[in-house]
Amino acid sequence: MSTEQSNPDSLIGASVRRVEDPPLLTGKGCYVDDVKLPGILHVAIHRSTHPHARILSVDTAEAAAMPGVECVLTGDDIGDLVLRTPMVAPGMNMPDHPILARGAVHAVGAPIAAVVAESAAAAQDAAASIQVTYDSLPVVTDAEAALEDGSPLAHEELDTNFCYSMKREGGDVDKAFAEADHICRLHMKSPRVVAMSMEARGVLAQPDPARNELTVWLSTQGPHRARADLANSLGFPENRIRVIAPDVGGGFGSKGCVYREDVLVCHLAQKLGRPVKWMATRNEDFLTTCQGRDQAMTSELALSKDGKMLGLKVRVVANLGAYLHSATAGPPQRMLVMAPGCYQLQDVRVEIVGAFTNTVPTGPYRGAGRPESVLNIERLADKAARDLGMDPLELRRKNYIQPDQFPYRTGVGVEYDSGDYEKSLSEALRLSDYDQMIRDRDEARQRGELVGVGISTFTEPSGGAGFESGAVRVERTGQITVLTGSSSHGQGHETVWAQVAADKLKVPMENVVVRHGDTTAVQQGTGTFGSRSAVMGGGALATAADRVIAKAKAIAGNLMEASPDDVVQTEGGFAVAGVPERNVNWRQVAGAAYAKGTPAGMDPGLNETAFFDPNREAWGFGAHVALVRIDPDTGELTIEKLVLVDDIGVVLNPMIVEAQVHGGLAQGLGEALCEHMVFDENGQPRTGTLMDYAVPRASTMPPVVVGETETPNPFNPLGVKGVGEAGTNGAPPAVANAVMDALSPLGIDHVDMPYTAPKLWRAIREAGKG
Amino acid sequence: MEHPALPINVTVNGKARAAEVEPRLLLVHFLRENLGLTGTHVGCDTSQCGACTVHVDGLAVKSCTMLAVQADGADVTTIEGMAEGTALHPVQEAFQEQHGLQCGYCTPGMVMTAAHLLETNPEPDDDAIKHALEGNLCRCTGYINIVKAIRWAADQMRGQHASS
Repeated sequence: MSTEQSNPDSLIGASVRRVEDPPLLTGKGCYVDDVKLPGILHVAIHRSTHPHARILSVDTAEAAAMPGVECVLTGDDIGDLVLRTPMVAPGMNMPDHPILARGAVHAVGAPIAAVVAESAAAAQDAAASIQVTYDSLPVVTDAEAALEDGSPLAHEELDTNFCYSMKREGGDVDKAFAEADHICRLHMKSPRVVAMSMEARGVLAQPDPARNELTVWLSTQGPHRARADLANSLGFPENRIRVIAPDVGGGFGSKGCVYREDVLVCHLAQKLGRPVKWMATRNEDFLTTCQGRDQAMTSELALSKDGKMLGLKVRVVANLGAYLHSATAGPPQRMLVMAPGCYQLQDVRVEIVGAFTNTVPTGPYRGAGRPESVLNIERLADKAARDLGMDPLELRRKNYIQPDQFPYRTGVGVEYDSGDYEKSLSEALRLSDYDQMIRDRDEARQRGELVGVGISTFTEPSGGAGFESGAVRVERTGQITVLTGSSSHGQGHETVWAQVAADKLKVPMENVVVRHGDTTAVQQGTGTFGSRSAVMGGGALATAADRVIAKAKAIAGNLMEASPDDVVQTEGGFAVAGVPERNVNWRQVAGAAYAKGTPAGMDPGLNETAFFDPNREAWGFGAHVALVRIDPDTGELTIEKLVLVDDIGVVLNPMIVEAQVHGGLAQGLGEALCEHMVFDENGQPRTGTLMDYAVPRASTMPPVVVGETETPNPFNPLGVKGVGEAGTNGAPPAVANAVMDALSPLGIDHVDMPYTAPKLWRAIREAGKG
Repeated sequence: MEHPALPINVTVNGKARAAEVEPRLLLVHFLRENLGLTGTHVGCDTSQCGACTVHVDGLAVKSCTMLAVQADGADVTTIEGMAEGTALHPVQEAFQEQHGLQCGYCTPGMVMTAAHLLETNPEPDDDAIKHALEGNLCRCTGYINIVKAIRWAADQMRGQHASS
């Protein structure tokens, strides 16, 4: 195992190569579709081709008679089975979410009938033969239009497209605006994008009727939450369901909730008494898996004439799509806590509104409301500087929360734990050779070239959403087993948690095995999303490790006839302080723990579980700088330089952290440059496969410099903050600001992402230049 | 749709395989379902993502875009056939050393494409590597460490060649 580290005594901070890799590199990974069971049946689903329609008839006769078909079910056959989701805002409107459509469909791709057959091909053939007659209904796809009077209704049974709204206000906003010299206004839309994990969704359920149990292999980011959600929707006891998240081929937020097909497959398996599997085609994944962004933001920033930010108003209209999944209403709520960004803003009013449309449901996708919030305040900061004729750096610096003000309570009532925004900004400026870049830009501009420089400085919350669990079990032979509720799907937890446990217990990493992703093996857990694992899973693990060490010291003291207070940790075990020859190793301590060797009054065993919740989020921060060039003849955008500096507190494994930044960046650049899920005016998806939807390829990636600063988090045991979404949150606004800087000589004020060549070409033409 | 099965003979990872298959069966499904070689993945159904890439008679081929019957008489190598015993292929080793994978789903296809590239161009620059990866998508890594890994593998393989 090769390592590179600054402190050779510590595994924390070492770029340990991943223990996950060997099976994945040799074709021995095991994703849901790789699980083979005898007697397995396959499901294919006939889906709506209409965005909004009453169903007049469903003819399944031909399908049912086809070879290999076990059964065909429609909504009427499965009755009242619905996807049960929580009410996250008081009084929110919640349309029916039947597992198979009953009476009407509200989006293209809504499931109408399910075919179960002996092979996937037989099921697909039969599903394709099902005939449905529809009575088309009016359609709405845009959230702002959906809230206008007289808009078509996304659901006939609701008399509105309004789902929910929330407000947060601090200070005296009206007074701040009354006293302002200038008000900067901006209306923006973040493009709807697709999570597009390389492994599409899939589920396999195996019933055990004799024991009244159900095992479910699910491509999920949170097996324990999925188990509870399945239990609620199925009406089957949670403690009789075992959910296994095997290798999971990416999720990016979209695999954090349970979907209709998951409930359907469990239901079918129980009904038929055989294992049943459904794997989404890529097209099905586009039409049914929660998509990201699609928020319209209307903002006003009040300023003094010298650039002091005085007040902020933000209104978000979020497109929730046609149906509510458990976290569909979540992402817009991020604006409630993130609107002020890095700035000293006490007079703030934020209102968010969620609206139904006849489109694919939205939900958390890498960043989950953070990218929209950062984009909003960072575009506002740049536009304000332009309005006032100020340097965008100067305006930002004038308004930063200062290091000595932390913990800092913002105008929306959130406390940031720590920060030093000038530190990350100056590091980004240094790495980008900013002054030279500005001189080069100005010279290029003199030559009539469209070149721009953009920055974004941001702070982002990580590690929220309830608790996480960790357990450290010292086995009888002294080997260490770690159980974590942070179920990994590519993030490298098996490696990093082993580093943390080995570092704490002072044992070789090879002695530690990390188990996750199985509700039978692992105590309760929450899962991996929202950049939460290092903070929450790491915090739980560190706490459990400390408890095991404390108990082990007591046992070691008992064995060495010394007071536990005199016992110190050594490499591989314990010794009496100052008497190194009086020592015991983990094997001896464990042996005693399980064989009447614990001190009087202490329970046997050496196994501690911690449920960790710091009751606050960790606020990482960073500064990103972009240099872009636009071809005035074609509108083609080239990112010539991109510098990312992120401060995530203590770094557990630099290799993995940097790769998380890379991945987040690629998805952020996808949103900025090319990704856009498009529905036409009739509600038909135009980008339903990878033939029409553009994700970044290797050649899309610009030259990137990744830097870091380190400001430890004082509020968790490891001093960490999350990193998984840093690149997604910070990079798109830097690119957007650079594009607007490049277009500023043409008098162009704002263009929404993604910056495709046709869109920029049109903007340049409409500006009457170029 | 019932069609008469057709006999095929394919060498897969050095082993002769005979089977009777539906004419419409894709090579990827033959490998995954008939032979149980599940290291080859399906990611898109439309020939964009490259997760299903295997070698057919020495060429990197998307096995979702080829019928099993077209592989009759061919020599196929999948990700399972890349390591020699416990010794990883230099490209596999490079992906671990340079952290070129996260969730691992695209990885088999990436490794097969990269290995083919290095057979035809032992000294590719970054542009050549990115060009070769045009048909392989990854959603986790931003490709940065994949490109690094392929460069590292090229160096290793040239080093091995020079010293042998």
